[in-house]
Amino acid sequence: MKLNRRDFMRFSASAAALTLLPLSGCARALRTQASPRVVVIGGGYAGATAAKYLRMWSAGRIEVVVIEPKPSFISCPLSNLVLGGSKTLADLTFGYDGLQQHGIQLVQDTVTAIDPLARKLQLTRGELPYDKLVIAPGVDFIYDSLPVLDNAEAQQQVPHAWKAGPQTVLLQQQLAAMPDGGVFVMSVPKAPYRCPPGPYERVCQVASYFSQHKPKAKIIVLDANPEITSKKALFAKVWAELYAGMIDYRPNSQLTEVDVAAREVKTEFETVSADVLNIIPPQRAGKVAQLVGAANVDKRWCEVDFLSYASKVVPDTYIIGDSVSAALPKSAHMATSQARVCASAILATLAGQEPDPQPVFANTCYSFVNARMAMHVAHVYRYDLDKKIMLPAEGGGVSVQPSEQEGQYAYAWAQNIWSDVLT
Amino acid sequence: MLLRLTVLGLFYAPLLAVAGPDHVTTLAASCAACHGTNGNSVGGTPVLAGLDASHFRKQMQDFKSGVRPSTVMQRHAKGLTDAEIDGLALFFSQQPRRPASLPTHPR
Repeated sequence: MKLNRRDFMRFSASAAALTLLPLSGCARALRTQASPRVVVIGGGYAGATAAKYLRMWSAGRIEVVVIEPKPSFISCPLSNLVLGGSKTLADLTFGYDGLQQHGIQLVQDTVTAIDPLARKLQLTRGELPYDKLVIAPGVDFIYDSLPVLDNAEAQQQVPHAWKAGPQTVLLQQQLAAMPDGGVFVMSVPKAPYRCPPGPYERVCQVASYFSQHKPKAKIIVLDANPEITSKKALFAKVWAELYAGMIDYRPNSQLTEVDVAAREVKTEFETVSADVLNIIPPQRAGKVAQLVGAANVDKRWCEVDFLSYASKVVPDTYIIGDSVSAALPKSAHMATSQARVCASAILATLAGQEPDPQPVFANTCYSFVNARMAMHVAHVYRYDLDKKIMLPAEGGGVSVQPSEQEGQYAYAWAQNIWSDVLT
Repeated sequence: MLLRLTVLGLFYAPLLAVAGPDHVTTLAASCAACHGTNGNSVGGTPVLAGLDASHFRKQMQDFKSGVRPSTVMQRHAKGLTDAEIDGLALFFSQQPRRPASLPTHPR
């Protein structure tokens, strides 16, 4: 089934039906008696997974509504391959019909306000009451230090391409239009940011494209971090061996100024000119998390109870995925692992039980170094009863070297996680 | 507050029949990223659903000890306790095999 005009009307119809629900405490209690309602804001990896597992594990006894402004799901994982030329954005774009088949109600709308004490939220098309709220808004960009980039026009000139979609295609087109011998400059923000190895995988993908089509082109990486933040030795080796002489990596290079029209950036030490300029901005919890007041750590990230992902500051509200404040990688697998623990804990709570006192989950993250070869970082994470956080278990680590075998595993990972999250 | 909790407890009474998933069920779900929902892989990785429990246990213990060489599976096997491996073996052996599918691309 494809998303079509009728589906959009159905979104509207379900939104209308939901808004018709009475809002007084008494009427709400009557509705709750029928089945508790969990509203999930955000239909990315975390939100879609939470919604599916809430329905699946409750055998449909919980009403689940997902609010997502975009009409379809676009995968950030593998989106760097669009720059390398081995995938298109269409390959990574999926409909939400599979979730609807679980009885999940999808509302294509934007949340404008949340009242956590009254347990209701405001959409552009009306109000929606809930019993439990799950927030999975991904990341929001911080432009405080580079305000010239805080508008759509500047981002057309200087893409971030850090949320898969039109920005990914834009960067791919700019790279394709760049003359051979041109310079691609990419800026990496200070950690934490979404997808720790992502910027370095991007360098590999752009280098792979340049090797085939623009062999005289150069890549300059301006990294605000003191070193490569993930799979360091592996990336350094790949750059030296597969892409010798093409990549100039400069650590401790935080941007201080950007000239959008000239595609020129300044750091504390130097001025760098680009033919194609890709600035990945610093990040914080998605807008909805800020809206509800859940981003209480440095006004950036959300503090949660790692047994349930309940917000430490907002009642009846759970936060999963990239918005969570944790020493955990902000990856898609991590987002889904958190989502399942959260769904499990919500169901336990609704059933009057205690959540699992010591959750354990896995994270596997592959990076492609060209169209076929990939390498992993993988850990099991275990709840630490003293520190009350998730800590990596023994035995985790990274690949010995990138390989085609792991490239096949990486595609299998993508296909299985898409199947799990969206069907 | 106490009153509100009591009242909620009453309203959620129908859910009491459905217990939340246990530790192993939630842990097993974490394997879905590579092995599909409840171990029903769409391909490229082994289907774990319906796998004989002793076979599963042997493979995981061999990944853990290094007897069976692996790229990524050793990372996961080494991080799990023997009890968790036993629990996962039982869980996956009890899952029905179902055809898994990929989500569709919108037009």
